[in-house]
Amino acid sequence: MASIELRNLRKSFGAVEVIKGVDLEVRKGEFMVFVGPSGCGKSTLLRLISGLEDITSGEMLFDGKVVNSLTPSKRGIAMVFQSYALYPHMTVYQNMAFGLKLEKGHSKDEIRQRVEKAADMLQIRQYLDRLPKQLSGGQRQRVAIGRAITRDPKVFLFDEPLSNLDAALRVATRIEIAKLHADMHEVTMIYVTHDQVEAMTLADRICVLRDGLVEQVGTPMELYERPDSMFVAGFIGSPKMNFISGKFAEPFGCETVGVRGEHMIINEGPGRWTGKVIHNENLGADSYIYVDIGSEEPVVVRLEGANTYKSGDSVNLSPMDDKIHRFDKAGKPIR
Amino acid sequence: MGATFDIWKLTKQVLFYALVVVIVVVSVFPFYYAILTSFKSGTDLFRVTYWPTSLSLENYRQVFTQGSFPRNLLNSLFVASLTVILALFLAVTASFALSRVRFRGRGLLLMVILAVSMFPQIAVLAGLFEVIRGLGIYNTPWALIFAYTIFTLPFTVWVLTTFMRDLPIEIEEAAIVDGASPWVIITQVFMPLMWPALVTTGLLAFIAAWNEFLFALTFTVSNQTRTVPVAIALLSGGSQYEIPWGTIMAASVVVTVPLVVLVLIFQRKIVSGLTAGGVKG
Ligand SMILES: Nc1ncnc2c1ncn2[C@@H]1O[C@H](COP(=O)(O)OP(=O)(O)OP(=O)(O)O)[C@@H](O)[C@H]1O
Ligand SMILES: [Mg+2]
Repeated sequence: MASIELRNLRKSFGAVEVIKGVDLEVRKGEFMVFVGPSGCGKSTLLRLISGLEDITSGEMLFDGKVVNSLTPSKRGIAMVFQSYALYPHMTVYQNMAFGLKLEKGHSKDEIRQRVEKAADMLQIRQYLDRLPKQLSGGQRQRVAIGRAITRDPKVFLFDEPLSNLDAALRVATRIEIAKLHADMHEVTMIYVTHDQVEAMTLADRICVLRDGLVEQVGTPMELYERPDSMFVAGFIGSPKMNFISGKFAEPFGCETVGVRGEHMIINEGPGRWTGKVIHNENLGADSYIYVDIGSEEPVVVRLEGANTYKSGDSVNLSPMDDKIHRFDKAGKPIR
Repeated sequence: MGATFDIWKLTKQVLFYALVVVIVVVSVFPFYYAILTSFKSGTDLFRVTYWPTSLSLENYRQVFTQGSFPRNLLNSLFVASLTVILALFLAVTASFALSRVRFRGRGLLLMVILAVSMFPQIAVLAGLFEVIRGLGIYNTPWALIFAYTIFTLPFTVWVLTTFMRDLPIEIEEAAIVDGASPWVIITQVFMPLMWPALVTTGLLAFIAAWNEFLFALTFTVSNQTRTVPVAIALLSGGSQYEIPWGTIMAASVVVTVPLVVLVLIFQRKIVSGLTAGGVKG
C-alpha cells in the first residue's frame, strides 16, 4: 500500500561507508528482490528501510512523505528475520498478537479474528497454543510470517527468510510467499536473498546491489536478457554465464563475449570452438558439461536430459549467435 | 583382571563418599551445633553433647518475648525485600542500557562499576555516613536500604548485563518492529527470558542484605530500627557477665529459616534454556 523512494541514501558505520548513495523506487504493491554478493549491503539497505538502522544521509520517502526519523512501527512495516526471532516465552498466538496488543484500540475479539485469519492463511491454526520451541523450523518461519501479516503492514520486509530451511521446505515456503503476495497484492514487499531461483520466481523486479551501490534494477527477464554490465550478467542465471575473452572474442568485435550455458550448442560437424570435456554433471533433467577450449576458464554447456560424454572426449561447440552478449573493456555491454 | 578392576573401582567409590562425608560434616556441623544448642536450657548449655538430649522451646519463647526481636525481624524483612526490589529495578534498566544502547564509554563505565564493588565496606563507611546524615535518613530503615542497594548494584548490574548481552538481538528488533517501547521490551520481552538471572541475583542480594552487620550497626542506633544480625549480637543475658548462648542460637536459627525457605522456593524457578526456540540456534 506504499510506494518507497530512496534518494541518494547513504549509511556509514563509523568510518566505513556501507551504502554509498542509493537511488531506488519501489512501486506500490511491488515485489522487489535485493540480490548481490555477500557483504554488499543488502541487509543494511533493508534495515534502513525498516527503520532499525539510522540513515546517515539522503532521504527516504513512503508515499511521498519523508520517513527518515520515523520508528519502524510508525512506518507501517513488518519484518521477517532469517533467524525467525520469535518471542520464546510466548505461545504462537501471543507471538502473533503482540504487535496488535501494543497498538492501542483493538478489541480482544478483533485481535483474535485477525490472528486466526493469518493463521488460516499459513495453515498454522492448530499450533496457536504451542511455544516456538515445540515447532519445526518451517513452522517457526511460518509463525514469523504470520506475526508480520497479523499487523496488516503497508510494507513487508524479508531478510533471507528461507535460508535456514532445508531444500524441500524452502521450495514449499517459497510457494507460500508467492501465494501470499498474490493474496495481498496491495502490500509492497522487499525481499533479500542469495538464491537465484527465489529471486527469479518471486520478484516483480530485481535490484542487483554491488558494493553499496545499485548495479541494475529490472524485471527478472530484463536482467537475464539485457544485463547492463558483466557483473549483472555473471550474477543472474545459473550456471554462471561463460565469459570468454582475448582471441576468442575478437571475431565478435568486443573485449569479452558472454554466453550462457543454455545458449551453447554442441555441433556434430565443425563448430566455432573445439575442446575437450573435463567434467560432466548429470542432474537428470539437464546436465552440465565443462569443456576446455583453451580460454582462461572452462566453458559450461547446459544440455537437456542426461548425456554420455566422458572426460577427454573431444567436442565442437558454438554459441547461438542471437543470444551472445558482447562487453567492452569496462564491462559495459555493446549492443 | 576383572577382580582387581572391581576392587579399584570399589576403592575409588569408597574414597569418594568418604570425602563427601567429610565435607558435609565440616560444613554442616556449626549449623547443627547451633540448632542443638538452641533446644537446650539452663546448665545443659555448657555440657558438650553431639546428639539431641533435651527439646526445650524455652529459648525460642524468650527470643520472641524479650526485647524487640520480632520488630527487628520485620525490619530485616522490610530492608532486604526493598533492597532487592530497588536493586533489581535499577539493575535491569541499567543493564539494558549497558548491553543494548550504543554509547561512548560504555566499556569503561562497566569496568568502573565492577571496580566500585572491590572496595571494602569499611573504606566507604565514613563517606557513606556523611551522605546518610545529609539525606536525613540516619537511624531509619532507608539508611540501610540505601547503603545495601549501592553495594548490591555493581554485582547485579554486571551479571544482568552479561546475561542480557547474550539475548538474541533479533528478538529485540522484532519487538521494536512490533512497536514496543524500551520499557515494554524490558518488562514484556526481556524480563520473562531473564528469570533465572533475576532470581539468582535477587536471592543473593536478599541474603547479603539480610545478613549484613557493619552498616546495620553503624547506621542505626535504636532497638526499634535495628535489623536482626545486630540485634542478635547485642542480645544480653541476665547479667553483664552472662552471654545468653541459648537465645542467641535460637535467634540465629529463626533468622536462617527464611533464607532456606526462599532458596527452596526459587530453586524450582531457576530453569535454564528459556530462550530455546526463539531463534535458530
Ligand atoms: N552494525 C555494523 N557495524 C559495522 N559494520 C557493519 C554493521 N552491519 C553491517 N556492517 C558491514 O556492512 C557491510 C554490509 O553488510 P550487510 O549485512 O548489509 O551485507 P549483506 O549484503 O546482507 O551480506 P550477506 O549476504 O552476507 O548477508 C559488511 O561489510 C558488514 O561488515
Ligand atoms: Mg545479510
